[in-house]
Amino acid sequence: MELKKINEYTWEIPKTGEMRVPALIYTSSKLLDNVKRDRTLLQARNVACLPGIQRTAYVMPDAHQGYGFPIGGVAAFDMDNGIISPGGVGYDINCGVRLLRTDYSERDIHEKRKQLLAEIFREVPAGVGKGGKTRLSRNVLLEVCTKGAEWAVENGYGTGDDLLRTEENGKMKGADSNCLSSRAIERGIPQLGTLGAGNHFLEIQKVSEIYDDRAAGAFGIHSRDQILVMIHCGSRGLGHQVASDYIRFMENKFGTRGLPDRELINAPIRSPLGEKYYKTMSAAVNFAFANRQMIAHWVRQVFKKVLGSSEGMDQVYDVCHNVAKFEKHKINGELKEVCIHRKGATRSFGPGREEIPAVYRSVGQPVIIPGSMGTSSYILVGTEEAERLSFGSTAHGAGRLMSRHEARRRFRGEKIKQDMEHKGIELMSTSWKGVAEEASGAYKDVDEVVRVSHEAGIGKLVAKVVPVGVMKG
Amino acid sequence: MEKYRFFEHTADAKFQAYGATLEEAFTNAALATVTLMWDWKKIEKKIERKVEVEGKDLKQLLAIFLEEILYLLDSKNFLTGAAEKVRVKQEGSRYVLKALFKGDIYSDKYEIYGDVKAITYNEMKIEDRNGFMVQVVVDM
Repeated sequence: MELKKINEYTWEIPKTGEMRVPALIYTSSKLLDNVKRDRTLLQARNVACLPGIQRTAYVMPDAHQGYGFPIGGVAAFDMDNGIISPGGVGYDINCGVRLLRTDYSERDIHEKRKQLLAEIFREVPAGVGKGGKTRLSRNVLLEVCTKGAEWAVENGYGTGDDLLRTEENGKMKGADSNCLSSRAIERGIPQLGTLGAGNHFLEIQKVSEIYDDRAAGAFGIHSRDQILVMIHCGSRGLGHQVASDYIRFMENKFGTRGLPDRELINAPIRSPLGEKYYKTMSAAVNFAFANRQMIAHWVRQVFKKVLGSSEGMDQVYDVCHNVAKFEKHKINGELKEVCIHRKGATRSFGPGREEIPAVYRSVGQPVIIPGSMGTSSYILVGTEEAERLSFGSTAHGAGRLMSRHEARRRFRGEKIKQDMEHKGIELMSTSWKGVAEEASGAYKDVDEVVRVSHEAGIGKLVAKVVPVGVMKG
Repeated sequence: MEKYRFFEHTADAKFQAYGATLEEAFTNAALATVTLMWDWKKIEKKIERKVEVEGKDLKQLLAIFLEEILYLLDSKNFLTGAAEKVRVKQEGSRYVLKALFKGDIYSDKYEIYGDVKAITYNEMKIEDRNGFMVQVVVDM
């Protein structure tokens, strides 16, 4: 496949064959070597062939091979002639990250950090096979999926201010819970308010560097060693079932002939099935917003119990990194509504966009990029340039480098815990093998990922944070 | 005969499962899927769950069959320890699969180390060459 270097941080797959648009990859020579080793580029080219695709298919710096669409893929489709694809959103619908700030500094919590983590581990259900703390009725679950984080706030989990600082204010308005299959509902009922497992985690972090004082100040981040809490999880089995259901409905309806990959299955946005997928996916997005809202509430309760106060534990922001949305973007010089798919990519809107909270409108949207377990995470800010460069999108994490199987062969959970403790990081997990699978050595270098984002201009560095305590699901 | 084997896949997990018959290969695919989350040999086989699923082709049937493990896990906290009596029949234009899962409800004595989110069609293969081979990539 031809790959043309545009500049230090941008490569292009020129439009050839059945491609309707070119594909652009934001990467560095170092990261590109990894990307070339799997099917990422081939998958990006496949996406560029889909009907109604606009401008360019984009690939983010942390990209790796997915199924159908690459992980770290961004594509926008014309509302009238374009498609919507469950594979372009991913199975973990609204997998995302929530960040809480605190007024505590590292030395305030140092003595009690073990206790803090242990209490969080007890309060926030995690792992697989166990349900959450509440068993909902079917009707309540449907209400959760209609109202999202708003439902959680109405029921005593957090505050209205949290909603203002959540993408979509914590609720996709287009959601229709009645479209959820009974299987999706049954998988969702026991799982509301659970962290899950795999790459999902909850971290107590401290600020280690501030690169942009103005944006950091706006986000409530003001000094080194300030304590933050990061929550990374999604819509659990409910969202996974929605994705599987609609892949099936679409292939039954439209067949898979002519598709280079069965997971690229899609429906016209304006078709009944396309519209129904959007409504159901939105219901799953809302489930995930409510999920993170509840977990954030429990974290605040633990801080209050252990340290005496949860004052000042405001939400910085909550971003989703697996989603399809209708947004307005400039295409051929005109502002136009498109259906944008971000699969393993974070929205990174710059100053002025009406979608971002009023408090951030002068600086841009907070972008939260979790690193791999035990390494740094980053807070970035969206840019105006990003709208031109990537439909306002940037990376979503470190991106895997090594299979879980290989990671389990190479690393031992117990050893990782020791090494982290050596560095002053507490770790609690439901499984040692699970810890080994998530070893930081199995991931790309998140420092390089955010550097590329910054240099390419699709999301600018604001602060670097490092973990103090890690809870892995 | 080898039941299943895992292969490198960056984000997810890829395996091949083998069998003298299609049914045996499907059975072993169920065990391979389970192996990504817990050790099926260690699960007490004390609860039975009847499984009946259908698909428009064999690949869809395989995906829906394996998805049943995830559905039972999430909705009933059921840990599959064995898949028995797997039967595949063609009925008109559809394929029907019946099976019996044996296992236990989750408790602290079991270690769950992975979370399979979904069964994908990515690189899925079902081949019959002197015995059956099915290849599956699951999303983790």
